Amino acid sequence: MKTKNVMMVGVGGQGSLLASKLLGQLLLDAGYDVKVSEVHGMSQRGGSVVTYVRYGSSVASPVIDEGEADFIVSFELLEAARWLSYLKKDGQIVTSIQQVDPMPVITGAASYPENLVEKMRATGAKVDAMDCLKLAEQAGSAKAVNMVLMGRLSHYFDMPEEAWQKAMEVIVPPKFLEMNKVAFHLGKNAN
Amino acid sequence: MKQLMLGNKAAARGLYEAGCCFVSSYPGTPSTEITEEAAKYDEIYCEWAPNEKVALEAAFGASLAGRRSFCGMKHVGLNVAADPLFTMSYTGVNAGLVIAVADDAGMHSSQNEQDSRHHAIAAKVPMLEPSNAAESLAFAKLAYELSEEFDTPVFLKMCTRVAHSQSVVETSERVVPEKKAYEKNIPKYVMTPANAIRRHPMVEERMKKLALWAETAPINRVEKGGDELGIITSSTCYQYVKEVFGDSVSVLKLGMINPLPEKLIRDFAASVKRLVVVEELDPIIENYCKTLGLTVEGKNLFPVTGEFSQNLVARAFGLETPETWKLDENIPPRPPAMCSGCPHRGMFFTLKKNKCTVLGDIGCYSLGAAPPLGAIEMTLCMGASLSAIHGFNKAGEGENEKHTVAVIGDSTFMHSGMTGLANIAYNQSNSVVIILDNSITGMTGHQQNPTTGYNIKGDPAGKIDLEALCKAMGFERVRVVDPYDLAACDAAVKEELAADGPSVIISRRPCALLKYVKHKAPLVVDTDKCVGCKSCMQIGCPSISFKDGKAHVDATLCVGCGVCSQLCKFGALTQQ
Repeated sequence: MKTKNVMMVGVGGQGSLLASKLLGQLLLDAGYDVKVSEVHGMSQRGGSVVTYVRYGSSVASPVIDEGEADFIVSFELLEAARWLSYLKKDGQIVTSIQQVDPMPVITGAASYPENLVEKMRATGAKVDAMDCLKLAEQAGSAKAVNMVLMGRLSHYFDMPEEAWQKAMEVIVPPKFLEMNKVAFHLGKNAN
Repeated sequence: MKQLMLGNKAAARGLYEAGCCFVSSYPGTPSTEITEEAAKYDEIYCEWAPNEKVALEAAFGASLAGRRSFCGMKHVGLNVAADPLFTMSYTGVNAGLVIAVADDAGMHSSQNEQDSRHHAIAAKVPMLEPSNAAESLAFAKLAYELSEEFDTPVFLKMCTRVAHSQSVVETSERVVPEKKAYEKNIPKYVMTPANAIRRHPMVEERMKKLALWAETAPINRVEKGGDELGIITSSTCYQYVKEVFGDSVSVLKLGMINPLPEKLIRDFAASVKRLVVVEELDPIIENYCKTLGLTVEGKNLFPVTGEFSQNLVARAFGLETPETWKLDENIPPRPPAMCSGCPHRGMFFTLKKNKCTVLGDIGCYSLGAAPPLGAIEMTLCMGASLSAIHGFNKAGEGENEKHTVAVIGDSTFMHSGMTGLANIAYNQSNSVVIILDNSITGMTGHQQNPTTGYNIKGDPAGKIDLEALCKAMGFERVRVVDPYDLAACDAAVKEELAADGPSVIISRRPCALLKYVKHKAPLVVDTDKCVGCKSCMQIGCPSISFKDGKAHVDATLCVGCGVCSQLCKFGALTQQ
């Protein structure tokens, strides 16, 4: 099988590491070769962060390059736009519409672009955008945005629901498991 | 059992399985997790040392005592540990000693992108270079065997993409070799000139033997794929080459980067029409091929700077890369920034307000150089702030000392700030040193250090008293301020700059991200009182933005430090 690519992008501290862990576990359980590449250190401090998840029969490179991503899962709208060039021609963006101002916007040196979802769609890219923060809060914690997004991603994945549940049970600490499962479902079934 | 494992965690698993008993390291991205993961095994004694030199010497001592030992560091850490390294090459080891060094091409979290392979060549120490997590585990174990067979420390060279990528590994059981007896051996371990002069030829002989070993070692392998193009590569570059070419070209995959196998390389070169070396950073393999008189390409196609990727490799060979989407929009950058509630912020604001010249150091607080604070004017290496302010003030003819301060974190101060402080005390410059004590090693992800009172496992440990230390060095003016209190910071900076004689200000408040730090309620903006003057935005807090002509506080980010409210003349920012 040709290698498939999922990119997770967001702002340092938004919880993309747990999401990539879940995806990695799911794909490993399904019998794929998997590579996950993460960012640690300085860029975690509120910077733009990206995690690469690759799977297939045999995966070589740990990173995803421009034009290669089957999916871009974005925790923040500006970050989806930033990494758009990494999306494959027939790829799919799944993004939260949450906006977090970067420092140049805070200082007034730049402004946050408007109508990014529409602008991305206007290029022809497939964009699934939703208010993940609202759904996460509905599930019980703003921190569950990552599971809302994973639920949404599962929509496009040819993988049974039980496989996701099983991976979640391995990755998520027991006391947060129920809340995360709720968040996953809210994401999956959102309109 | 197959499992996904981070490269660094797999290296730690390799240490465990090889029976390593002693680990001493200093944290540094991208090497930190090797030691953190090793510390999760109760069978291995692990510690954070004050710096890499101390860590490597401690690991050497453990090797002398007869136990397999380990020391991990980032590329620039190896500069600090270079002194013991070069002579350890002469003494050799007793039990196996493995040194992991992690390079950071692309400088994700570093001040330079030096190539550690130079150190291995210069110190004449063998170096293994894994290309994924499974090799990180296997090569760590192999490194111990080589260390003991050839009587030498051995490098395990990581890089960001190998260290911080997860791939599939299979684990096995731990086997602890019998403890080797320590035997007094003055000609081997006492490197006075008379002894060292006899050891040097042994080092040269050892490298020849290792080069012979490398000729047939399974970790250096040829993957045949036609005779048109042959690529010599290693580490993460091997993965990019395989991504682009699969099995369609011949590849010489090197697992040992020092010494290089002459005959294997010559035979490979002779078997292909075109020979290309794909390596990140410096042309080390390529230059070696050139010394053999081979016709080879490399840096004529590839950059010396930055990280590679599959598209970069494809383009270098004139191959097409995928089409991309283009968004015609100005996307503002998102650089890393000091966190909400960061205790460094108040001090940096004070320094900016007083128009200080700030000589900085290595840590989270180097973010104080970024807008809007822009408060740091120099960052070089660990400890340089304290040494440099001394020279800056001595050469400044009484002018510089009126407005110059050095800032250094608690962990960096322990690492290599103390010697700079000793120079100020001894050679008497009128310097103001600010220790930004956030009670943790922050940037690398919260490691304990000698000032925190806890060890790597979080258990109580020795605690160095910074005030007593500075006083013992001869500083009469030592004072502590809370960086959340802007008035106190301002007074301290003004008074110490004006004072005659050197002084130390300890700006003390634990990192806001530490679990034990209790956060206060987020601040709220009274929109009736807020006039939109943006005074509160001078501190560059990620929680504060400007909406509809007024300040806005993001309640999910704000930790209630209250620094912004001290800047508001209208009382518009209050705690709920």
